[in-house]
Amino acid sequence: MRENPIYGEELDLFTIKSYVFPETLEEADELLQRDARNSAILGGCCWLKLGRRISRAIDLSRLGLDQIEVKDGFLELGASVTLHQLETHPAVTSRFDGILGECVSHIVGVPFRNCATVGGSVFSRFGFSDLTCALLALDASVVLYRGGEQPLAEFMASPIAFDDILLKVRVRDDGRRAAYQSVRRSTTDFPTLAAAVSCLGGQWTVSVGARPARAVRCETAAACLNEGKGAAAAGQAAADELTYGTDLRAGADYRKKLAAVLVRRAAEQCMEENKG
Amino acid sequence: MNLKYVNQAIPKLDGAALTGGKGVYTEDMVPRDCLVVQVLRSPHAHARIKSIRKDAASRVPGISCILTWEDVPQIRYTLAGQSYPEPSPYDRYILERTVRYVGDPVAIVAGRDKDCVARAMRMIQVKYDILEPVLDFETALDNPIVVHPEEDYFHHFDIGGDQKRNLVSSGCDSDGDVEAALAACDVVVDRTYYTKANAQAMMETFRTYTYLDYNRRLNVVTSTQVPFHCRRTIARALGLPKNMVRVVKPRIGGGFGAKQTLVSELFPALVTLRTGKPAKIVYTRKESFQASNSRHQMRVHVKVGAMKDGTIKAVDMHALSNAGAYGEHASTTIGLVGHKSIPLYARQAAFRFSWDVVYTNTMAAGAFRGYGATQGCFAMESAINELAEKLNMDPAQLRLMNLPHVGENMAAYYNEPLTSCKLPQCIERGMEMIGWKGKYPCVKVDDHRVRGVGMAVTMQGSGISAIDTASVTIKLNDDGYYTLMIGATDMGTGCDTILAQMAAEILNCPMERITVDGVDTDHSPFDTGSYASSTTYVTGAAVVKACTELGEKIAAEGARRLNIHPERAEFDGDRVYDRTNPENAVTLDKLAQDLVVGEGTQWLTATASHCSPTSPPPFMAGFAEVEVDLETGETRVVDYVGVVDCGTVVNKNLARVQAEGGIAQGIGMALLEDINYDPKGQMVNSTFMTYKIPCRTDVPEIRVDFEESYEPNGPFGAKSIGEVVINTPSPAIAQAVYNATGVRVRSLPITAEKILMGREI
Amino acid sequence: MKVKITVNGMLYNKHIPNDMMLLEFLRKYGYVSVKRGCDTSNCGLCTVWVEGKPVLSCSYPAARADGLHVTTLEGVKDEAASFGRYMTAQGAEQCGYCSPGFIMAVLAMRRELTDPTEEEISNYLAGNLCRCSGYAGQTRALRAWLHDKPWEKEGQA
Repeated sequence: MRENPIYGEELDLFTIKSYVFPETLEEADELLQRDARNSAILGGCCWLKLGRRISRAIDLSRLGLDQIEVKDGFLELGASVTLHQLETHPAVTSRFDGILGECVSHIVGVPFRNCATVGGSVFSRFGFSDLTCALLALDASVVLYRGGEQPLAEFMASPIAFDDILLKVRVRDDGRRAAYQSVRRSTTDFPTLAAAVSCLGGQWTVSVGARPARAVRCETAAACLNEGKGAAAAGQAAADELTYGTDLRAGADYRKKLAAVLVRRAAEQCMEENKG
Repeated sequence: MNLKYVNQAIPKLDGAALTGGKGVYTEDMVPRDCLVVQVLRSPHAHARIKSIRKDAASRVPGISCILTWEDVPQIRYTLAGQSYPEPSPYDRYILERTVRYVGDPVAIVAGRDKDCVARAMRMIQVKYDILEPVLDFETALDNPIVVHPEEDYFHHFDIGGDQKRNLVSSGCDSDGDVEAALAACDVVVDRTYYTKANAQAMMETFRTYTYLDYNRRLNVVTSTQVPFHCRRTIARALGLPKNMVRVVKPRIGGGFGAKQTLVSELFPALVTLRTGKPAKIVYTRKESFQASNSRHQMRVHVKVGAMKDGTIKAVDMHALSNAGAYGEHASTTIGLVGHKSIPLYARQAAFRFSWDVVYTNTMAAGAFRGYGATQGCFAMESAINELAEKLNMDPAQLRLMNLPHVGENMAAYYNEPLTSCKLPQCIERGMEMIGWKGKYPCVKVDDHRVRGVGMAVTMQGSGISAIDTASVTIKLNDDGYYTLMIGATDMGTGCDTILAQMAAEILNCPMERITVDGVDTDHSPFDTGSYASSTTYVTGAAVVKACTELGEKIAAEGARRLNIHPERAEFDGDRVYDRTNPENAVTLDKLAQDLVVGEGTQWLTATASHCSPTSPPPFMAGFAEVEVDLETGETRVVDYVGVVDCGTVVNKNLARVQAEGGIAQGIGMALLEDINYDPKGQMVNSTFMTYKIPCRTDVPEIRVDFEESYEPNGPFGAKSIGEVVINTPSPAIAQAVYNATGVRVRSLPITAEKILMGREI
Repeated sequence: MKVKITVNGMLYNKHIPNDMMLLEFLRKYGYVSVKRGCDTSNCGLCTVWVEGKPVLSCSYPAARADGLHVTTLEGVKDEAASFGRYMTAQGAEQCGYCSPGFIMAVLAMRRELTDPTEEEISNYLAGNLCRCSGYAGQTRALRAWLHDKPWEKEGQA
């Protein structure tokens, strides 16, 4: 291990040896399998240059994965769909009380959100991801080229498989109500803590993100709501059940308190929506 | 006074070029065959270099040179852009065997392109003896770890430092018996406040390119606020005669004090000297955060005592400042902590202001808008707000009854007289604008949201008394237009424009007839540079002198050509005429042409210098209204009102934008900007991802108004505006948060976490 | 690799390094309005349009722009100058370093949103940082420009 990390050089730590536009998914997979460790599937590339040396960059932008479709009772978001598309596409904004557009609307600005993609956000499983937190509450699933379809919750809990390609995210178009809450230090920062809830026919789903670890679902909080114990009890359950950590944005104790408030508020908002 | 150009809202002369995206900044002008320079930096906060192996790296194709501590002049210098002899200690080499913070330069690498430089940088092998760092500025004084043990450490004059104790500077200034006065007070507030090492975060990072001209002189094109200090320091650090260095300042993408210290200049300069080739360096954002300079982190202890009626009788302040690894601006920023905050309350009070500035193994601090006054304002104004509460008085009333009066000497402000002040009017106007009467102290919005209001006042200076010097040359060209030559550095603030406005006013001509350009030390007249809120006041006065003189010369030359007594000649801007017979006239065009051809030619120019014995303070009252979510601690500034007395407003738009921008930076300092180091001394907030400066949605639509006094010593009655505007937000917002929540946050920034966790205690 | 990128209507048929970002490509060919302000996609200074959509050119691989149309401030000179006059009338450009990226975001917003509310405007532009102005002057310029709609008179798209 070299002794000198260097700032000026940092941008140049990022290099790409070969850059390819596969014509088909099969070709993309074949390229990836040759050397999955040193290859990279390119998403929105917003933080690409903060990264590593890549021997082969695989750009999926010509595979038509930027489609938003409603079919077979599902809302399907292609991996190359940008975050800004989530804010503007009527099929997304008109569903789930608009939380998929709402949850990404704080991220930097429109030029950023025109680059950042659903695939990049979900596949990377960043702890601070607003989108994965919201999708978890919507009980979404991911479709992988090799791994096939699996629940997002399962995908989030497993280690990143660099030899697979995320094709799309699917959300059952079941008309569930949903709400999203977050606290940020500055309005365009990553969340200090985020919470999302959804409700369908009296069955609730709760997720908490930016703990600062990856977003997870909180079953005890959902149970409180299912059993009619109220939003405050659900908030407290989320604070008690999940683990919270300290990073440069906030301390664990503060995050725990926020979890109680944000889960409660999201649940209350959802109850209001249900009434409406 | 009937003013045509001064006191108007005139667009910036360079506005069309800037908004048109023209290539007017340093990096846009770099010659094509320029070497790329990068700096290998220390990953350790404190270490001694055992060995550097660079042979393999030197063989990378395209590499021109790799310089290490063995290759640089062993000359101590300071990077501070201050007038000679600088008060800052000479405590740096370009590269040194000892590294004192994470980011200290270890090697300079130059090559054909960034790829080969990057490859070479990876191949340089450095072995360090890692030393324990001193990172906490509160334990630095007399710490066994000494940051600057070197023998050749040098001061021009005593600034109360002792390098063996990690003490850069210390001192005390007082008037009256503070202990006795405090003992006699009915009420005393005794509190300690903390401020952070904020980053200036101008949008254009540090960058420089250098080349040798046909005379083998070193030309340095750089984004700097201090071209003349730059020339002197580059010559010293490189061991060159001053006449072999020329510095050019093009348009600058912001400075805010960061560029009052040399940062990037010496690296390409040394490469150019060694290779004979042009060289450039462009700092990354991370380098700008981690390896430049910042605001001085401070702890300020304030004791302020008053009688029951609110008369303040004693102010005792001690400030501890973190210089970081090098002492640039250390002894001077600390002075402003007390000297710009205590005078507002020392009219009837004994005062004492004492200070210590210490070295640590963190990045060196430097100049940042406000320059210590900002830190002092947070402490002093917060203490005054706490005092008002103890006295059960309205904080505005408490201030109004203690402020200094025009005509009096201010003992706590270097005994300078107060010659203009409309601060009371600023306070009253601000209260009216924010709706103080209806909103103080707080208004409940709903079950979990409360709005609170808070206020603060402040003063700054206008240039450094008896030091800051500006020279101006104005030339009458053939065809009757003028060239205004200045050494003051427009860094986006618009000083080229406001100085041209003054010239247009004096010479009574349209703005179009005046051209102004950037600074070139070979051609521009001497100016200490744009810092210490000096440009409008000091350089402006030199403009007035020079233009007045040129106007007189034009009238005299006109008289000569009209064959009349000079006293009968009148110059109205367009022509010189005989006052007793206005028909007898010569136009400026004609005169200007005649002056440069044939017999009796007399090309007309005027040069004037100015240095002010005093530094008349501008004033400001700031009012914040915040909304706090009591359940999360989230705080939003929903309204901010700033009312400024900067004397005569020279340019209504530019002064307003200066104030709005300064307030926004102040809001960032109050709520968001949070430099932290990890236990090994690595800065952890060194990108815009982690160091949040306010974006559009973080600030309200800031509201600014002016109460214009007339400063008798200023050009057209003007004082300064650039710095005073950043000071009030921190204390005003802290008080507004307190009024909304009952939580006093005395340590910046005021985060949601501190508010919420504070409520629980 | 070899790319064909159209910048402001002019086709560039070039060999580029695979890891070149669009920002570097554009500056290399003289589009100096495009500025870099950070390394983390946080500042908006490098905003240009790809196929009419505002993106961050510092993070957009030049390779990805192969076959696409890129627009910089130089490509919308007249419209930019028109809005620029509203900026300079307020003194809101200050150091000017963030102006080109900001103006590209503003002109894109004008095409994307019809009669936006103040909140929609600040949300759209929130990613374009400015350290000088405190944003109020920009807001005044925007308001006046959106009110006057000079693009209608000037017959711009």
